[in-house]
Amino acid sequence: MASGSTSSNWVMESGDIPHVLAVDDSLVDRKLVEKLLRNSCCKVTTAENGPKALELLGLSSGGQNTLNGRSKVNLVITDYCMPGMTGYELLKKIKQSSVMKEVPVVIMSSENIPTRVNKCLEEGAQMFILKPLKQSDVKQLTCQLMNLGR
Amino acid sequence: MDQLQLQRELRDYEAAMFQQGFLDDQFSQLQKLQDDSSPDFVIEVMTMFFDDSEKLLNNMSRALEQIPVNFKQIDAYVHQQKGSSASVGAARVKNICATFRSFCEAQNRDGCVSCLQQLQKEYSQLKKNLKYLFRKQQEIKGGGGAIPTGE
Repeated sequence: MASGSTSSNWVMESGDIPHVLAVDDSLVDRKLVEKLLRNSCCKVTTAENGPKALELLGLSSGGQNTLNGRSKVNLVITDYCMPGMTGYELLKKIKQSSVMKEVPVVIMSSENIPTRVNKCLEEGAQMFILKPLKQSDVKQLTCQLMNLGR
Repeated sequence: MDQLQLQRELRDYEAAMFQQGFLDDQFSQLQKLQDDSSPDFVIEVMTMFFDDSEKLLNNMSRALEQIPVNFKQIDAYVHQQKGSSASVGAARVKNICATFRSFCEAQNRDGCVSCLQQLQKEYSQLKKNLKYLFRKQQEIKGGGGAIPTGE
């Protein structure tokens, strides 16, 4: 796993349940990441592609935030290789938005390509995780999410 | 056949699947995720994997029949298959995908055809083995027993 510099705004109120948006075009992987996150006491919303994710985040053009208004997303975890909009492009769009740019974005990939990892980290990804995901990966991730800002 | 013997048989069968490389540690990860809140997690994930794989195998087959062959498209299908195989611990299937991708990159149609045949064979065998495993697990559950959980 590779980590970027810690952003100052992962802060969550203690006792809050993290709400994670998981993006992956593979149904199998979506089911797996959802279970792993639920096991780490997260609320999970899944999306099968970048555009749907942006819609859920309220970032699509003219879009309303279609998630329950009070449900703020605390973390986005996305696959890198997706048809249409890649995880990298999704990351860029999130980081370029004024509203969502502080939300940590984690990139998952089955391929450990250093140039890929670096370009994601440089674009502001919090972390780059290799697939297939294990419980220990997700536990570490959610611990960071809860502990940063203390 | 009594419960104990059923359980022993099941454990041996499962162990053999790991030993023979059909399954790897990622499958164990799936098993560990099965709990009271998702008691059929493994079967659910594997069912998705079966549906997904069958679609992809069909797509690969059709793509190889096209003239000219679109190797990039086939590679994309194989990449997806590789990814989902890795995620569920289907080791043999995953390994064939790696070779398959090299043939796609080399635009070697014969190599691709051969890999697809191997993939179909390995996938069939895996599905057959897992369906047997799940059936035996159901029998044990039905008999009021608990499914043995590895070591």
